[in-house]
Amino acid sequence: MIIVISSLGKTLESPPNPRFGRTEFFIKYNSEDNTWEALENPAVTQRGGAGIAASQFLVNHNISAAISGHFGPNAYSALNSAKIKMFTFQNNYETVSDVIQAYEQNSLEEA
Amino acid sequence: MKIAIASGKGGTGKTMVATSMAAALAPIHNIQMLDCDVEAPNAHLFLNPTINEIKPASINIPTIDYEQCILCGQCVDICEFNALALLGDKIEVFEQLCHGCGSCSIHCPVNAITETPRKIGELKFGTFNKNRPFLFGELTISEPMSTPIIRQLKSNMKDDVEVTILDSPPGASCSVVATLHDADYVILVTEPTPFGLHDLKQMIGVISETGSLAGVIINRDGIGDSAVEDFLSKNGYPILMKIPYQENIAEGLASGKLLIDIIPEFEDAFLNLYEMIKEQIHEEIYH
Repeated sequence: MIIVISSLGKTLESPPNPRFGRTEFFIKYNSEDNTWEALENPAVTQRGGAGIAASQFLVNHNISAAISGHFGPNAYSALNSAKIKMFTFQNNYETVSDVIQAYEQNSLEEA
Repeated sequence: MKIAIASGKGGTGKTMVATSMAAALAPIHNIQMLDCDVEAPNAHLFLNPTINEIKPASINIPTIDYEQCILCGQCVDICEFNALALLGDKIEVFEQLCHGCGSCSIHCPVNAITETPRKIGELKFGTFNKNRPFLFGELTISEPMSTPIIRQLKSNMKDDVEVTILDSPPGASCSVVATLHDADYVILVTEPTPFGLHDLKQMIGVISETGSLAGVIINRDGIGDSAVEDFLSKNGYPILMKIPYQENIAEGLASGKLLIDIIPEFEDAFLNLYEMIKEQIHEEIYH
């Protein structure tokens, strides 16, 4: 299962970013083999429709779930159409690793 | 000749100035009035035009024919506004982000995209002061994009008039640029406060790009500080008029009266201002 977490930095130790469309990075994590990579979000500089552009970018990466603090209505609609599950976290996680752990323990809320 | 009234900051008195100037000029000059503040048009509340025609304002949005569509995603890539996304086996159209530019249908290699009009508001045409044209646009509530309706409104302007007065939306973004980019003169209305000055500077930035002549009306004169005047004298923008901060003006406007009816001396002031602006435009053109 491949998931992405919106992140302020490029590593698992970076703080998660509560913003989805204009997050600087996505950490792409493969739960089968514990591998990960950082993806630069091309939508961060878009003038408008960043949520849609970020969603399109992730759809092209064949992910199954996206995790962020909040999904706007356009991003929600786009990810939903692409059958990508969405989960949200509150402010109580310090690192992307913590968010992944919470996801694996099923303690994140589905959007 | 086109004279636009703009401000940057909202609530500085654009419509007060625009409506009083229009009312002062209308009995003697062949003018038309355009209220381009399509998100909250209110000049009609002061000039009470008779509206005799209402037309829909719309933009063309893409419709995908899936019999033809090969899901290549070229329309998604070309869209500057992220209004399209290729999601699984369909192209999703995010209507409210579409600017109606038509690039998607031009680029579609299999002609699967047709453009269908989507109504975003209304254009209203009428007359005030017996026969002076009065045009305004009204964006439908919840619609995010005002520039197409401003452009459509302006394409309905009469060109056989002596002067057109355009009441601009507030701010210093696309809708303002759409209103005043072809104006011969821009009257900037500001107030002598730090907020007024901040937004005035933004508007002067816009005008230095559009290249229009400009001057400033200071409204609510008597409050705040002298920073606006200092800035104007340092940068060479003329102060065209000062409107005092007075309770009876606020009261009168709130009950729908024109400034020139509240303080009749302003009628001559606006007529003189118009002559001054006209001269300056002629000088700019012929010298």
